[in-house]
Amino acid sequence: MSSHMMEGGHGDGFTPHGRSFPWLHVVGYLLSLVLTIIAFLAVLNHWLSGRTLISIIMLLAVMQIGIQLFFFMHFTEGHGPRYHIMALGFALFFTIIFVGGSVWIMSFGGSQAY
Amino acid sequence: MLPHYWPTPVTGDPLIYGADVSIALVSIAILFVLFYYKKWGWLWREWLTTVDHKKIGILYVIAALLMLFRGGVDGLLMRTQLAQPNMHFLESEHYNQVFSTHGTIMILFVAMPFMFALFNIVIPLQIGARDVAFPYLNAISFWMFFFGALLLNISFVIGGSPDAGWVSYAPLTEKQFDPGPGENFYLMALQLSGIGSMATGINFLVTILRMRAPGMTLMRMPLLTWAVLAASIIIIYAFPALTIALALLLIDRVAGAHFFTMGHGGNPMMYTNLFWIWGHPEVYIVLLPVFGVFSEVFPAFSGKRVFGYSSMVASLMAISIVSFLLWAHHFFTMGAGPGVNTYFGIASMAIGIPTGVKVFNWMFTMYRGRIRMTMPMRWAVGFIPNFVIGGATGVMLAAAPGDYQYHNSFFLIAHFHQVLIGGTIYGSLAGMYFWWPKMFGFTLDEKRGRIAFWLWNVGFYVTFFPQYLLGLMGMTRRIYTYPPGMGWTNLNLLSTIGAFLMGLGFIYIVWDILYSTMHRSELKDVTGDPWNARSLEWSLPSPPPHYNFAVVPTVTRRDEWWELKKSGRADVLRPTAQDIEAIHMPNNSGKPIIFSVFFFIVGLGFVFEWYAVIVIGLAGVLATMLLRSVEEDTGHHIPAEEVRHEEMALGRM
Repeated sequence: MSSHMMEGGHGDGFTPHGRSFPWLHVVGYLLSLVLTIIAFLAVLNHWLSGRTLISIIMLLAVMQIGIQLFFFMHFTEGHGPRYHIMALGFALFFTIIFVGGSVWIMSFGGSQAY
Repeated sequence: MLPHYWPTPVTGDPLIYGADVSIALVSIAILFVLFYYKKWGWLWREWLTTVDHKKIGILYVIAALLMLFRGGVDGLLMRTQLAQPNMHFLESEHYNQVFSTHGTIMILFVAMPFMFALFNIVIPLQIGARDVAFPYLNAISFWMFFFGALLLNISFVIGGSPDAGWVSYAPLTEKQFDPGPGENFYLMALQLSGIGSMATGINFLVTILRMRAPGMTLMRMPLLTWAVLAASIIIIYAFPALTIALALLLIDRVAGAHFFTMGHGGNPMMYTNLFWIWGHPEVYIVLLPVFGVFSEVFPAFSGKRVFGYSSMVASLMAISIVSFLLWAHHFFTMGAGPGVNTYFGIASMAIGIPTGVKVFNWMFTMYRGRIRMTMPMRWAVGFIPNFVIGGATGVMLAAAPGDYQYHNSFFLIAHFHQVLIGGTIYGSLAGMYFWWPKMFGFTLDEKRGRIAFWLWNVGFYVTFFPQYLLGLMGMTRRIYTYPPGMGWTNLNLLSTIGAFLMGLGFIYIVWDILYSTMHRSELKDVTGDPWNARSLEWSLPSPPPHYNFAVVPTVTRRDEWWELKKSGRADVLRPTAQDIEAIHMPNNSGKPIIFSVFFFIVGLGFVFEWYAVIVIGLAGVLATMLLRSVEEDTGHHIPAEEVRHEEMALGRM
């Protein structure tokens, strides 16, 4: 939906699918819902605990990113220079920095004695 | 479910009554003018539904100046309260609200719209484009920003303003410690305008990467374009952290979650961490574009090309990356340990290197140049000492052990005002004076502008130098009063006098704008290039026709327009009758503003926890999006004949 919205006034031929039913979007939508529900239930029903639970949720999050990129952001489509590869490279870099940095800061050097 | 809060404009505070009355009077006056002169249709067609980047840019400038007035009044209220010990001008709660809205408004609703004004007004013209990549989205960006700002501003008169600082740290902002709708106003206002900012970042990244005129390779782009590219990258990667922090805090407040609470496994320090993951890059979002402005202004008024173009580009890019690697210097005193503090301290000092490169390059640009002291140049030259002092005190703050002394003192306050006013505001004003003729077709008056500059510049130093000393003498920020006998009284009084000088400077800027508007026929810019400047926007008439370029120029080198002028071939960029073809332009649309009004309703719903209102608002948001996605809107073509007529009327053919 949002991708159509953004095309705005310059709507000259940027929709690769034409007018056919957007199956890809529906599948992506369902998949992302399923992943969210799994994560939610895992926490709500205490299926797993501690480190395992966190690892599973992180894994689900990574899968979620893949689904968003492929089904909604048309990551594999497009023309011209491949700027989006660079953009994703940056995103990966910053994500590692933010997550790793936050863990490093919040672990308070192994003790919270301050 | 019964509503949690009822908004009330009646609280007994005379300042709030005053605000109520003035808001009512201004609204009545605006409505009267619109009805009396039958301007509703004009307003809707020309402004509210526009997708023209030039008009959206003008809307941003107006909004930024209005908000600068509001934020400035907040600042003056604080300075008045602190002018003498034990003052009773503001009560403590009111003072808390005033400093919270002052900071929030100045960063989010003054600095940001000023930057977006520059983006919008200059970038498409500078790269030889006819509009931005996503004009419809651009209109959404503005209206989301506008209604976010409106939401924060009405908090003062209905329900109460946020009162926990512009950072809104948990756990103080959890419901337990801060009941009432004030903090909700903050959270929703930032969330709404954040959607707009994110969209602007994406929009201009794509515009710059995809819509440059033929021949304009990356290394031929003007430096403002580079700066906006760098800032757009930062916007895209930094804003999600703020969105998350605000959303989780809102869930804590309205749904009773425990992300940042003291108990139940919450971690309030994580809010601080997330806030500054966005907050530090944000500083560079509002600084890099003005670095770009200075990189245009110094060469234009020194009659030389910019010194060290490649190093300017490299330092912009370096800053945009490194700005993400030093957020923890905002909370050294949280005590994350010597390893963390050492790394973040060194990284913070390191970012001074690319910034220093830029300052030297600007000075070498002026060196042996033919300098013309015009208004944009005056603000640019005023910026340099300001920013160097701000940078030096920044390095002092970056030394973690020292920071334990300076933290949360007036030393810090003086430091960041020095870089944010000295950098962002000086740069925005330099940019405003520089591109004003491009926006409106007349230059701003020099004489009044000069008085404004000197009032502001002197006022600036008088306000903030005493604050460095006060900080070193132990005065902490956010205290609403202090006892006599601390040795702070005279310095505080001096600082207050300076603040009023700056206020006077602002009034003179507004007077300059009004005076110049009244005398616009004498100040008219007939050439389109009033400053004898260098980049493509100056090859167009002032103001440019709405399609910008009748024929898209072909670029062969840096400073194309300047080089053509120098070799006497400026006519190359004039359109010829046979080159003009029909021009494809986007259609105006009323949906962006309606979409944003619905988001505003969602915001109000969350603020007062009126769930029915939230549902109505969200339904409206979804409906507008749905209508847009089934709409067949491929824009329109301006016939070649019409373009030829327009260009002839502008005297270009």
